[in-house]
Amino acid sequence: MPHVFHVVVCGGIVPDPLQSLEPVAGAAGPSLKNEMMLPAVLDPWAAHALYEAAHLVKAHPGSRLWLVSLGPKAKLQQVMMTVAQKVPFELIALDGPAGGFTEACEVAEALANAILGIAGLDRGKLLLFGGWESASRGAGATLAMVGERLGILDQFQGVDQLTVNADGSLTVLERIEGGQHQVSTAAGAPAVLGWATGHLPEPPNSPAVGMQNMRAIMPALGKAQPFRPAGEGLRFLSVELPRQRRETRIVRDLSAEQIADELVAWIKG
Amino acid sequence: MDQGVNLMERILLLIHPEADGSLPKSALEALGAAAALSKEASRSVWLSERATGGGFVATCGAQRFLGVVGEQFAQARYASDAAAAEALIKTSQATVVLAPATSRWSRVLAGVAQRVGGRIDTHVTALEAEEGRLCATRWYYRQRMFARITRGHRPWMLTLEPGIAPPWQGAAGSAQVENVAVALPDAMRRTTVSGVQAPAADQQTIRPDADLLFVAGAGWTKNQKDGKSHVDEAAKLILGFLRASKASLGSSKSLVDLAGEGQAVLPFMSHLNQVGQTGATPRHPKGLSTCCHGEEPHVVGWRFISERRAVNLDPNCGWAQGKADVLYVADAFEVMAKVNERL
Ligand SMILES: Cc1cc2nc3c(=O)[nH]c(=O)nc-3n(C[C@H](O)[C@H](O)[C@H](O)COP(=O)(O)OP(=O)(O)OC[C@H]3O[C@@H](n4cnc5c(N)ncnc54)[C@H](O)[C@@H]3O)c2cc1C
Repeated sequence: MPHVFHVVVCGGIVPDPLQSLEPVAGAAGPSLKNEMMLPAVLDPWAAHALYEAAHLVKAHPGSRLWLVSLGPKAKLQQVMMTVAQKVPFELIALDGPAGGFTEACEVAEALANAILGIAGLDRGKLLLFGGWESASRGAGATLAMVGERLGILDQFQGVDQLTVNADGSLTVLERIEGGQHQVSTAAGAPAVLGWATGHLPEPPNSPAVGMQNMRAIMPALGKAQPFRPAGEGLRFLSVELPRQRRETRIVRDLSAEQIADELVAWIKG
Repeated sequence: MDQGVNLMERILLLIHPEADGSLPKSALEALGAAAALSKEASRSVWLSERATGGGFVATCGAQRFLGVVGEQFAQARYASDAAAAEALIKTSQATVVLAPATSRWSRVLAGVAQRVGGRIDTHVTALEAEEGRLCATRWYYRQRMFARITRGHRPWMLTLEPGIAPPWQGAAGSAQVENVAVALPDAMRRTTVSGVQAPAADQQTIRPDADLLFVAGAGWTKNQKDGKSHVDEAAKLILGFLRASKASLGSSKSLVDLAGEGQAVLPFMSHLNQVGQTGATPRHPKGLSTCCHGEEPHVVGWRFISERRAVNLDPNCGWAQGKADVLYVADAFEVMAKVNERL
C-alpha cells in the first residue's frame, strides 16, 4: 500500500561557519556584530533534514514537502537562491530575526502558527522535520515545542535514519550516548524528527530545480508574516567570546622518534 | 514549603536510571550542582527516580522523593517520558527543574516545558545563585561565545552538561519514594523502543570517558610523499593507537564525508565520530589531532578539550594559529608508527 506523507521541514538560517562571530550588546538584547552583513547558509542539520525529506517524498508518490523558514526576508532570499537548487520544495517564510539569542518558545509559537496555516496540509500525514539543534541557539528546543503545539506525541531527536515499513510504521535510529543509536518504531505519522547528519550527501546544484522552486519562492517571500520576539522574562547578563588564542609552540626540527617520546610522555603524564 | 536560604526556589531534579538500574554519572553531577546551589536548602531539592528505588541518593538531603514507576516507563520513549516529567513537575510545583543533559532528557524536556508553560535552557555549563537569583551559563553559535542568563519566568527548566559539578557522593540508604501515578493512554504508546544499535565492542571507537581524544583528519587518506595514498596503513596505525591508548576516536568532517562521496575510507569511521560545528563537542582532558587542518568549523568542537596537540605537515595549518598548545610539523604516518611502538 502506498504511504503518503506531508513533510514540513523547519529550518532557519545561520552565519556561514567559516565567519568569525562577535557578540554586541543592544537595547533589545545581544546580537552579532554586522549580523546583516554576514553571509548566511541554511542551518546545517536542518539542511540534512531537508535532503532526507526530499528523498522520502520522492520515494512516496503523492507526498508533499514544505520548508518553513524564519529569518530577515532579504537574507532568506539570498540563502534560498542556493537552497532552491538542491531539492524541490514549497517555501513558507516568516520575516524576523534569525539569531541565536531569540527565545525558542516564541519562535516555536510563530512556526506552529505558520504550519497550521498551510493550505492543503493533512496533519494526519504530517512528518515534522528539522535539525536536532541549530547552529545558532544550539538548544534543540524549538522543534519539540512546535511538535507539542501541534499535539504530536511521537518525537525523535538526533535522527540518523528513518525507514518507512510496509505497514506505514516508521523505524527511527536516534543518536544516544557513546556512539550508539536507539532503535524505535512508531505506528506512523504524525511524528517529529530532529535530524542529525542522516545518510545522504548534499545534493549537487540543479539550475532546473532552482528555477522551478524560485517561481513559488518569490511570492512566498512576499507573503512572509512578520515575527517580533518579545524575549519576555529572559535576561542576558553577559555575552563573551572565550579566550581565543593559545601560545602555540611550533616544533619543526624533531625526529619522529623524539616527537613520539614527547607525545607518549604527555599521554601518560 | 521549605525555602532555600539564598534561593527562593522549589527545585526539582529529574534523574533516570540506566537500563541496568545504575545511575549515570551525569545524574550524580547534576545532583552535585543542585546541592551546591542551595547547601542549607538542599532540603528543597526534590528528586524523582523512575523504575528504581531512591536508595542511591537517599541521603542527599532532598525533602521529598517522587517516582514514576512502571514497565511502560522503562523505555526511553518521548510520550511516556514527557508524561512522567510533566506529572513530576506538577506534583512538585517546582519553580526550577534541573536534569542532566542525557539523550533521554534532552529528547523530551523542551516539549515538557511547552506543556507546563515553562521556559527551558539546555546545555548549561555552570549554575550559580547570585544575589538570590539563579544564573546559568551556556554557549551559543556552536561553542563560539558564552552567555550568562537569568529568567523571570517560572517554571524554568535547565538541562545540565556533564562535568557541571563534581558528582554527588553520599551513603546509600533507603528513601521513601512517593509514587506519582501517570496514565498512559494508547496515544502515548504508538512508539516502541526495541533496542540499541552499537558497534561490536572491539569496534567501539567512541569512548566518552577516555582521557584522550584522538582526531584523524582527511590527510590520512590523501596522497603522500610517494604520490600514493595509504589508507590501509592509516587504518592500521589509527586502530593500533586506539587499542594501546584507549583513546576516543574523533574525525574531521572531510574524512567522514569521503564515504558518502564513494572514496577510499577508513571503515571504522562514521559521522558519529565527527567533531565540530556539525559534529560532536566531546569532553576529554587531552586531545591529539593528526592529519587534520584545524579549521575553525572543526576546532569549535574542541571547546571542552583542555590540552591540545597536533601533528601536521603544514606549519601554517589552523592549529598553529593559537588553536593548539603544541604543533609538531611532521609526518603523522612516521610519528604514529613510533608512538605505537612505545605504547
Ligand atoms: C557548514 C559547515 C559545517 C562544517 N562542520 C564541520 C565539522 O563539524 N567538523 C569538521 O571537522 N569540519 C567541518 N566543516 C569543514 C571544515 O571547514 C574543513 O573543511 C574540514 O574540517 C577539513 O578537514 P581536514 O582538516 O581533515 O581536511 P583537509 O583540510 O583536507 O586537511 C588535511 C590536512 O592533513 C595534513 N596532512 C596530510 N598528510 C599528512 C601527513 N602525512 N602527516 C601530517 N599531516 C598531513 C595536511 O597538511 C592538511 O592540513 C564544516 C564546513 C561547513 C561549511
